[in-house]
Amino acid sequence: MTSTEWLIWVRGPGLQLSLGIFILGMTYRIMQTYFLGRAKNLAEPRGSQWLHGMKTIWWRSFFHPGMTIRGYFTIISGYTFHLGFIITLLFLDQHIELFRSWTGLSWPALPPIVITITAVLGIAALVAVLVDRFADPVRYLLSDYQDYLCWVLTVLPLVTGLLLVYKMWLPYTSLLVVHIISFEILLVAIPFTKLSHVFTIFIARWYNGAIAGYKGVQS
Amino acid sequence: MTKAKTLIEHLEQQGISRRGFLKFCALTTSMMALPPSMAPGVARALETARRPSLIWLSFQECTGCTESLTRSHSPTLENIIFNYLSLDYHHTLQAASGEAAEQARETAMKENHGQYLVAVDGSIPVKDGGVYSTIAGISNLEMLQQTVEGAAAVVAIGTCAAFGGLPRAHPNPTGAVPVQELVRDKPVVNVSGCPPIPVVISGVLAHYLTFGRIPDLDDYGRPLSFFGTSIHDRCYRRPYYNKGLFAETFDDEGARKGWCLYKLGCKGPTTYNACATVKWNQGTSFPIQAGHGCFGCSEPDFWDAGGFYQPLSAGIGSVGGVAAVAVAAGAGAGIAAGLAQQSQRKHAQLQHEKVTVADLKESES
Repeated sequence: MTSTEWLIWVRGPGLQLSLGIFILGMTYRIMQTYFLGRAKNLAEPRGSQWLHGMKTIWWRSFFHPGMTIRGYFTIISGYTFHLGFIITLLFLDQHIELFRSWTGLSWPALPPIVITITAVLGIAALVAVLVDRFADPVRYLLSDYQDYLCWVLTVLPLVTGLLLVYKMWLPYTSLLVVHIISFEILLVAIPFTKLSHVFTIFIARWYNGAIAGYKGVQS
Repeated sequence: MTKAKTLIEHLEQQGISRRGFLKFCALTTSMMALPPSMAPGVARALETARRPSLIWLSFQECTGCTESLTRSHSPTLENIIFNYLSLDYHHTLQAASGEAAEQARETAMKENHGQYLVAVDGSIPVKDGGVYSTIAGISNLEMLQQTVEGAAAVVAIGTCAAFGGLPRAHPNPTGAVPVQELVRDKPVVNVSGCPPIPVVISGVLAHYLTFGRIPDLDDYGRPLSFFGTSIHDRCYRRPYYNKGLFAETFDDEGARKGWCLYKLGCKGPTTYNACATVKWNQGTSFPIQAGHGCFGCSEPDFWDAGGFYQPLSAGIGSVGGVAAVAVAAGAGAGIAAGLAQQSQRKHAQLQHEKVTVADLKESES
């Protein structure tokens, strides 16, 4: 196959297939979790589950002092990576065009230089957490292949995207193919690995908040 | 028999001065990406070259390639280079027709066996024995095989000949194939484009006349000197791309200010051609300069590469149907799995037997 034929495939059937698997997998995970059911609580409720659940989803996205018990490294690298990745994904013109082709929705983009900085920060944070994973004996022992697989799958779209913007290493068409494929592999992997936390984290947060809400305590 | 004229003699006969000729040689040298010191060598080679025979075969095509070449105004490089060649067969340009035309081709093949050049525009249909396009009762496939047999080299002119082009677009009803899929034992140069830039055609022919061989080619068999860089790399709107300034429609403020046309479907980043440097109509302009994005016409399968006005980063085809099926299938499977696990849990609870003191004593003994 030529690089042009690859490009047509990854932009067409490849994208449809990977998006289909992603949606199918995530719907499966969410519905399965919901239909597992919850044990009946016989105690009298002292507050709203729903409201507390929603509040917890929102507030746990932000920094609070209790998070620093184990030091600042995880907090700083975690925020840096997640913000870097999300801003790069959602605020580059080319990415917005992809979302527009799917949903018809678009929003203002950030200048390419800002996206370059967020992508570089995201990659730097990922490298830092990988080094830390090797350096910290406990974390190293707790790590399995899936942690490393998820790291590779997450860093690849950022690295190939940077190479694409600055046209390094390969011709543009080949780089675009590699970049889109790396994104498609990530999409396929998300529902079936720890990366499914992109959605399940909201369920977990809601559940924690709902339990606290039912008891009438702060989550 | 009169001695065959050299190229310079032909030019002199047509009133082209030596100065004009040298200017042409310098330009050709530059276009072929050769060092300036090669210009005298090119001039010497062209001065003494004999007019080689050129047989131009037109198959599944629209004549746009010939139009592109002949619509250029005289005196041009294209015009001059065709004075260097003996164009012995060309449907559109030759005076002869019918049997006389075919005889001209056969005579040229016989008299110049092993030395003539073959230019092909249009793709070749091979489905059902190649019945979908015939000339003088001969299928395109057969005519190509006959003609190429004694050729020195083959130049596939235009995207149809180079990569199949429009006739090969999905679902390719005639089984159209490009020249390079059928000609394996001769050098083939692909001069792609819909149509190709006239100067690129003449540049390739000039290279052959000068060096007696085809130029260096890229992975798609195109001359590197013309197809070595992308439209995007040489585009004068590139700084706007780098700054993230894009025209959103063809008549908004961005379009009037000459911002990048990426969002309007420009395929410049993935297209390799010389449009942005050589330009069209004697260097007047090229599509992006005229305010329209690049179609990517010099790339393989450009007709099947999504909408012309869709940005490169957008997907090809709809995802709505896929998403709906995925949601339905995922929800069905998820609900079934969740309920099955719930039922398993209830069953396990019902089957659960409490351990008694007697059980423990029994296990101790």
